[in-house]
Amino acid sequence: MAIDQQRVGDRTPVHDPAEIAKIVSGANLETEQMVLNVGPQHPATHGVFRLLATIDGEVLVDAQPIIGYMHRGYEKLVEARDYRQITNLVSRMDWLSGINNELPLHLCLEKLMEIEVPERAQYMRVVMLEMNRILNHLMFFASFGAELGAITPTFFAFREREDIQLALEMATGGRMHFGFFRPGGIREDVPRGFFAQALKGVRQVMARLDQYEDLLVGNEIFKQRTIDVGVLDKEIAYNYGVSGPIARGSGIDFDVRKDEPYLVYDRFDFEVQSAPNGDCFDRFWVLVREVVESAKIVEQAIEAMPSGPIMGKVPRVIQAPAGEVYVRTENPLGELGFYLISDGDRRPYRLKIRTPSYNNVSVLPHVLKGQMVADMIAILGSFFFVLGDIDR
Amino acid sequence: MIPEITLTAWQILLVKIGVILAIVPTMTLVAGYAEHKVMAHLQHRLGPMYPGGFHGWAVLLADGLKFLYKEDIIPERADRRVFSLATFAIFVPAVMVYLVIPVDRSLIVEDLDVGIFYLLAISSVSTIGILMAGWSSANKYALIGALRAGAQLIAYELPIVLSAAVVVMLSGSLSLVDIVEAQNWPFLIWPPGIGLIAFLVFTMASVAELTRPPFDMPVAESEIITGAFTEYSGMRFIFSFFFPEVANLVAFAAIGATLFLGGYQPIVPLGVLEVIPGFVWFTLKTAFMVFLFLWIRPTFPRLREDQLQKFAWKVLIPVTLALILVAGAWVLYAPEALR
Repeated sequence: MAIDQQRVGDRTPVHDPAEIAKIVSGANLETEQMVLNVGPQHPATHGVFRLLATIDGEVLVDAQPIIGYMHRGYEKLVEARDYRQITNLVSRMDWLSGINNELPLHLCLEKLMEIEVPERAQYMRVVMLEMNRILNHLMFFASFGAELGAITPTFFAFREREDIQLALEMATGGRMHFGFFRPGGIREDVPRGFFAQALKGVRQVMARLDQYEDLLVGNEIFKQRTIDVGVLDKEIAYNYGVSGPIARGSGIDFDVRKDEPYLVYDRFDFEVQSAPNGDCFDRFWVLVREVVESAKIVEQAIEAMPSGPIMGKVPRVIQAPAGEVYVRTENPLGELGFYLISDGDRRPYRLKIRTPSYNNVSVLPHVLKGQMVADMIAILGSFFFVLGDIDR
Repeated sequence: MIPEITLTAWQILLVKIGVILAIVPTMTLVAGYAEHKVMAHLQHRLGPMYPGGFHGWAVLLADGLKFLYKEDIIPERADRRVFSLATFAIFVPAVMVYLVIPVDRSLIVEDLDVGIFYLLAISSVSTIGILMAGWSSANKYALIGALRAGAQLIAYELPIVLSAAVVVMLSGSLSLVDIVEAQNWPFLIWPPGIGLIAFLVFTMASVAELTRPPFDMPVAESEIITGAFTEYSGMRFIFSFFFPEVANLVAFAAIGATLFLGGYQPIVPLGVLEVIPGFVWFTLKTAFMVFLFLWIRPTFPRLREDQLQKFAWKVLIPVTLALILVAGAWVLYAPEALR
């Protein structure tokens, strides 16, 4: 489905702040600017994100995102814990995609310790990562609808999430924080019925996604609210290191899974979805299409699932040799990078974490300037960020 | 033998007020319950289907109790008197609308000569209450919400009044009873199309008047919390937000049923249908309108403030003005047989 076919009908011209200013000044109306604190507690910020907004009536004159309300100091915490414990810590950074956060740490260790991960474990990892990605994307599908005032997608998305959640719960016992990866493989083999449940969930999502898309993407009001709203320039996106669905919505056709494959991603047939316009509509469209791609990967991985061990040859004590390594993976929200420096201890000497949401929200002042209050909410919703991922 | 009861005018008035005060909360509760259930079915919600066991019959009870237990907070910097008066300014008009709605041929509290005028006037009084609430809360979100509500109600009052004017022109009376009596045959489509379009405009504008999605910017939760009512809590929140909203919902449904769907008249003038009492017809038609309003809510995303204003001033109002012209021509030139 080409993006242009999606945009049936007129593209409504977005209001122009300069034009409004002209009308206001022409009518000799004096207006006063008002500082509005959006957050830290606000329904649209998904947590404790604060936006210091200067508004003139309904128009945003200036917006300054303020972060740090949820800083938990993970980069320091991990220095006092050994590698087994870190697994469960890092999964709490971006709480919507716990298992995706665990991955780069283990890739780092496996690289440093030169552990060979068996095929089955790699495929299993891919299945879980992609299922987790679907969960994450469905969550943002739901919340973006809710931010635009459409409450129904929320409930539909959560119903679809349930079957996939169930599959992950069968295997790992967790619903948010899975703690399932281990250096060299995965914790244990999956129980009987896992693949059937996973396929059921994934196929259900694929079957119903078109319907849900119609509910939002096909809706005239939705189009008016999102098309040409909050345009993020490709240039700015590059300069700020924006990644993930947001960058791809701005025409940056980059996906670590494709361009720098890790695990066994190079063996699967999937496409990197991107859209050229960089508005809220495109970001959302990319997000929805990525659900389909992830579902395709899950299906392929389960079909090609090899048998064999799930753990490589791992020493009794996980102790990375001295050295440093940088690994980046494609988190659902963008590029997640772990820079691990080890001095040969059981604990990392330093672990620098590059989280996608942090870079993604740093472009907000550029995008928000001159928008309307209602658009501000739409833009915040379309930047798909998780607070824990920004502040760590 | 039934003893003959004679009542003075004052006693009759008191009885009528008593009836209204009994009917309005009942209607509101039923509509509130319907809202929970309709939304639950449309959206696969599990919550409203749970409390109390069978079909979640106790959901309204649970909801009400929740608010009953909450603390009533008035912000320190709020204008206390205006803050608490606002509740009444919103609540009372919501109840007073019911005074002139003819439930059956003789079941009406007061058949005013200018019933429809009173109806439209009283239903917009609550805007003052919303502005009071927003202004006195000492909260910026409340202020934005109140101003949005003010602008929106002004914009959408016009299409409602104009579409009602079409009905008045066609029926030739301002009294609601006369309007209903004039609709004994095809209730909605008097002259081809005019009534239908007026009905559609009325329905859309009513949704905006009620500040329900897709026109719910004054209370848009994801943008400005609950607009003018951000600082209200506990029962005060119920009586200034939930209760008037649902009461107004039923009121507008009843107005719609009266003006366009033929009120207490059977849907087609067949002898068989005359057996069914008028208030049943009225209730059925009102219920249909209520369902229509409930159905719209989970279907659409929210419009933006400027899009909302554009829709009112550039679409709805011109359409209704043109309708009035057509209706005038119809009244003047249509042959007697067609009317």
